[in-house]
Amino acid sequence: MHSDAFDRYHHGHSPIHTLDPRVKVLVTIAFIVSNALLPDGAWIAFALAWVFILIANAVSGLGVIFSLKRSFIAFPFALAAITVLFSIPGEPVTSFRFLMWHFTVTDAGLLRFVSIVVRSWLSVQMAILLVAVTEFPKIIHALRHLRVPAVIAVIISFLYRYLFVLADEVMRLLRAREARSGTVAGRRAGGSIAWRAKIAGNMAGQLFLRSYERSDRVYNAMLSRGYKGELMTIHPHHFHADDWRLGLIAFICILITQAAGRLP
Amino acid sequence: MFYSPVPLHIPDGFLSIIVAVICWAITALVLAVAVSRTNKSLGEKQVPLMGVMAAFIFAAQMINFPVAGGTSGHLLGGALAAIVLGPWAAMLVLTAVIAVQALLFQDGGLIVMGANILNMGLITAAIGYGLYRGVVNRQRSTKLAIAGAAAWLSVMAGALATAIQLWLSGTSSLQTVVITMLGVHALIGLGEALITVAALAFIFQTRPDLLDEASASAQGSRGWILAGVLISLAVVLLSPLASASPDGLERVAEDTGFLEFAQASPFEFIPDYTVPFLGETPLSTIIAGVIGALVVLGLSILAGRSLQKKS
Repeated sequence: MHSDAFDRYHHGHSPIHTLDPRVKVLVTIAFIVSNALLPDGAWIAFALAWVFILIANAVSGLGVIFSLKRSFIAFPFALAAITVLFSIPGEPVTSFRFLMWHFTVTDAGLLRFVSIVVRSWLSVQMAILLVAVTEFPKIIHALRHLRVPAVIAVIISFLYRYLFVLADEVMRLLRAREARSGTVAGRRAGGSIAWRAKIAGNMAGQLFLRSYERSDRVYNAMLSRGYKGELMTIHPHHFHADDWRLGLIAFICILITQAAGRLP
Repeated sequence: MFYSPVPLHIPDGFLSIIVAVICWAITALVLAVAVSRTNKSLGEKQVPLMGVMAAFIFAAQMINFPVAGGTSGHLLGGALAAIVLGPWAAMLVLTAVIAVQALLFQDGGLIVMGANILNMGLITAAIGYGLYRGVVNRQRSTKLAIAGAAAWLSVMAGALATAIQLWLSGTSSLQTVVITMLGVHALIGLGEALITVAALAFIFQTRPDLLDEASASAQGSRGWILAGVLISLAVVLLSPLASASPDGLERVAEDTGFLEFAQASPFEFIPDYTVPFLGETPLSTIIAGVIGALVVLGLSILAGRSLQKKS
């Protein structure tokens, strides 16, 4: 597996790519907070927020609907909100029978449900765009600047660095299991579920030991290259005029969205 | 292709801002303690170890086993991490895992990350380690049995916490969300328990020294046992209460005024979305909005500062 197997970064030279990672992280967080603060049914504001994402997509040179294409990951979770359709009192919109239950969808419930899904869908698009235009080590570096404790930032960067190595290890384990799991047509294959779980547990234990021993080698290798307990970068970040300007424009857009959602 | 999402990761938009901020505050506080403890007790050698262990938890979640009808079980790893790494280190490791899942894979939101870390990292580690710690000097079979129970309970606790946060945010009705969450995770937890026990048994057989090391290094075992038992009791007592007679819990939340508080947006601190002395004009509404945003911003900066000082 190649080291960028998990990477979501799309290389480019757009103004958004070159923006200081701190600005990008802050704007993303502000945008998501702003979505959470918008009242239910603030359709104009939701639309403005989406236009903001579309423009950001376009400026980044990844294509206007880049983030849209990958934004459906959070949709299964919408099931958790489906009960508000029926539980919030209001004018009935439609009702139906399912098996032995009778459901009535209310207008207030529908408004709340759609608002929750739209908020989540807008937020996830912004997060998708952030990792598409920012290299992950730069995001970690920005988090460090934004006062995330050093030890957490370092653990995250190690996780990012070694994930593909251990994923390779998992692939080998899974392939080995596959190779030893022959089936004969017409006969039941594999043991009980408990037995299968035990095999999976043994694999997890095996993976743990291999990871543990690898971490020793990693540490020795790092010591020999001058590791002093904190990760270094050869790209120190400085705010440029462009960073201030684009960041300010983004924040003003977010404030306008808020205002649009709250005007009577 | 390699990565299967776990149904406990709350995306952005599903929690009200107040519930999200409260969860972040609790998480930041616990993590601040975890950071200062690990900084004190661990040498620089332990940091790469924890990093590789975080990658291990992430990778271990890819190991699945077929259950039935095309579905498969797999590991979440909270309890296992706490037992093999000790509680504080496990919390940091799980935090890193959840942060990367949210940042890189958009599995779980950013402003609700505090809640996700609380549900899947902190609570699971506390239960996993607390219960295991209570029997650490018993024989191996007892330890394995308790580890399995702790793994199952940790998943149930995470599911219950998620359900309660969704309810407080006005995203789901209490009874439905508690019953579905606990129902689904009772099965997922069973897979978790089986894998955790088998993985621990494997490590006991091959490298028992690693487990002794991890449990010997942690201090304050009484506090952990107490925390583990108390959270477990809360899960065991609250679950039937919330699923059988949700009115009781809703009543308590309503009487204490917490329900209204948690579902409201913070702008309602400023009555009717307007600044009192400006009257009810659009301008007043906008300024009220700006003030609200600044308050939230200030709170988060303060939280960040205090976290920084403690670490």
